[in-house]
Amino acid sequence: MTTTVHDDKAAPWFVDFQDVWLAYNEQLLQQNHFAVEAIDLKVRQGEFIAIVGPSGCGKSTFMKLTTGLKMPSMGKILIDGQPVTGPLKISGMAFQAPSLLPWRTTVDNVLLPLEIVEPYRSQFKAKRAEYVERARKLLQKVGLGGYEDKFPWQLSGGMQQRASICRALIHEPKMLLLDEPFGALDAFTREELWCILRDLWTEQRFNVILVTHDLRESVFLADTVYVMSKSPGRFVVRREIELPRPRDLEVTYTQKFSDIVHELRGHIGAIRQTGAHTTA
Amino acid sequence: MNKKLIEMWAPWILLVVLILLWQILCSALEVSEFIFPSPWRIWTQFLEFKGIIAAHAWRTFWVTMVGFGIAIVVGVLLGFVIGSSRLAYAAVYPLMTGFNALPKAAFVPILVVWFGIGVGPAILTAFLISFFPIMVNIATGLATLEPELEDVLRVLGAKRWDVLVKVGLPRSMPYFYGSLKVAITLAFVGTTVSEMTAANEGIGYLLISAGSAMQMGLAFAGLLVVGAMAMVMYELFSVIEKHTTAWAHRGSQGH
Repeated sequence: MTTTVHDDKAAPWFVDFQDVWLAYNEQLLQQNHFAVEAIDLKVRQGEFIAIVGPSGCGKSTFMKLTTGLKMPSMGKILIDGQPVTGPLKISGMAFQAPSLLPWRTTVDNVLLPLEIVEPYRSQFKAKRAEYVERARKLLQKVGLGGYEDKFPWQLSGGMQQRASICRALIHEPKMLLLDEPFGALDAFTREELWCILRDLWTEQRFNVILVTHDLRESVFLADTVYVMSKSPGRFVVRREIELPRPRDLEVTYTQKFSDIVHELRGHIGAIRQTGAHTTA
Repeated sequence: MNKKLIEMWAPWILLVVLILLWQILCSALEVSEFIFPSPWRIWTQFLEFKGIIAAHAWRTFWVTMVGFGIAIVVGVLLGFVIGSSRLAYAAVYPLMTGFNALPKAAFVPILVVWFGIGVGPAILTAFLISFFPIMVNIATGLATLEPELEDVLRVLGAKRWDVLVKVGLPRSMPYFYGSLKVAITLAFVGTTVSEMTAANEGIGYLLISAGSAMQMGLAFAGLLVVGAMAMVMYELFSVIEKHTTAWAHRGSQGH
């Protein structure tokens, strides 16, 4: 990172990466071939961060590290003050493909995490009615009222993605990880979902880590945008987005907004250029 | 609307046309009933021996169903094991493919030595010939899981077992029912083939004895009965499949 965080050292960071390196296996480790390198990251409680970068730059690897699905080869990761030792149940994930289960209704799809994660799991039978109510409320909140008992294949792509986000949030995670969640949607649906995500976050203030390659998306939604470089995956730029909240879609048409997008675009362009030079 | 109606009746119309053609050829060319019986001859023989045919058909039917039942149990269990473990898949699959390539009729003499003439060889042949597609389909259904979905569940602390039960098994159900349709017809083949050499009852036995008595009409009637039984069972599983796994037949997720 070009900018180091000089805030109060004692601040209770929610996500705290301390010089994290990851190679996918022993062989790659010996060849010093890392998927992500030297990641230092400090995220406040409730902060919304976005990670942008060219495809194949290790954004998804970063997500696996944050959720404890992968352990770093070197360095240390603390989430909510605790060292990460395995899959982190306090996180919810959603991806570009909604991957809903076609034999379950929308509400049953959203309930799936509660059938798996403790403490809900052991109370699932007893408290089913309560959980169903909760899932329905959440679905109504994202505009899927009336579609709760439909099957995923009866919903449009945007609706499926909303349901997928509900599934990620049903167990009230402290951290929401989104891997290009709106990548497959058309521009209008995408903007609609930005607002839904913004509203959910404003209300519940979980941490969000949004991986995307849509710069406008990252600037509109995030408090802080990180730009990642490609092979090795490193954070090269940290940009705080000082646009005031609440943000409205109108903000995306302001000069200030496009300046920030432009600036980030410049960084990405620079990365791509140097990448081209080294491979040529 | 009209087109749909025609489509529905098409197989029946074709069947009638074929039977008529067959009858006309037999009558016109005066083919001997001992060589190639006409449909009319088969029908009269069928009526004449319907009691005997029914008894043999019942025997073939229940023997097939027992063999098929064992095939479902073994096929599902084996499929579950090799579909849920990469190592088991690597170890078992090539051997199973080799085994499947063996002609099952060749097992009959061996089974006779082990179990004697009668029910044993027929049940086992039906089983041996029909468990393979069931196993393969269960395994395939289990093994094709989106990595993203696996991440979503694993991060919540899902064990392999949770993923298998919540996602893998339901996902493999359409494959499973599809394989039942194929397997039941194979099971009838297995039973009949086995009965031809290793039984004193069943359609297979009837075929052989009618043939050696030059009662071709009766032999053909027996064949038709096996075919009809297999078709009815096929359609039955087809209906069950449509009703239990409707989600798989409507164009799944929108991508």
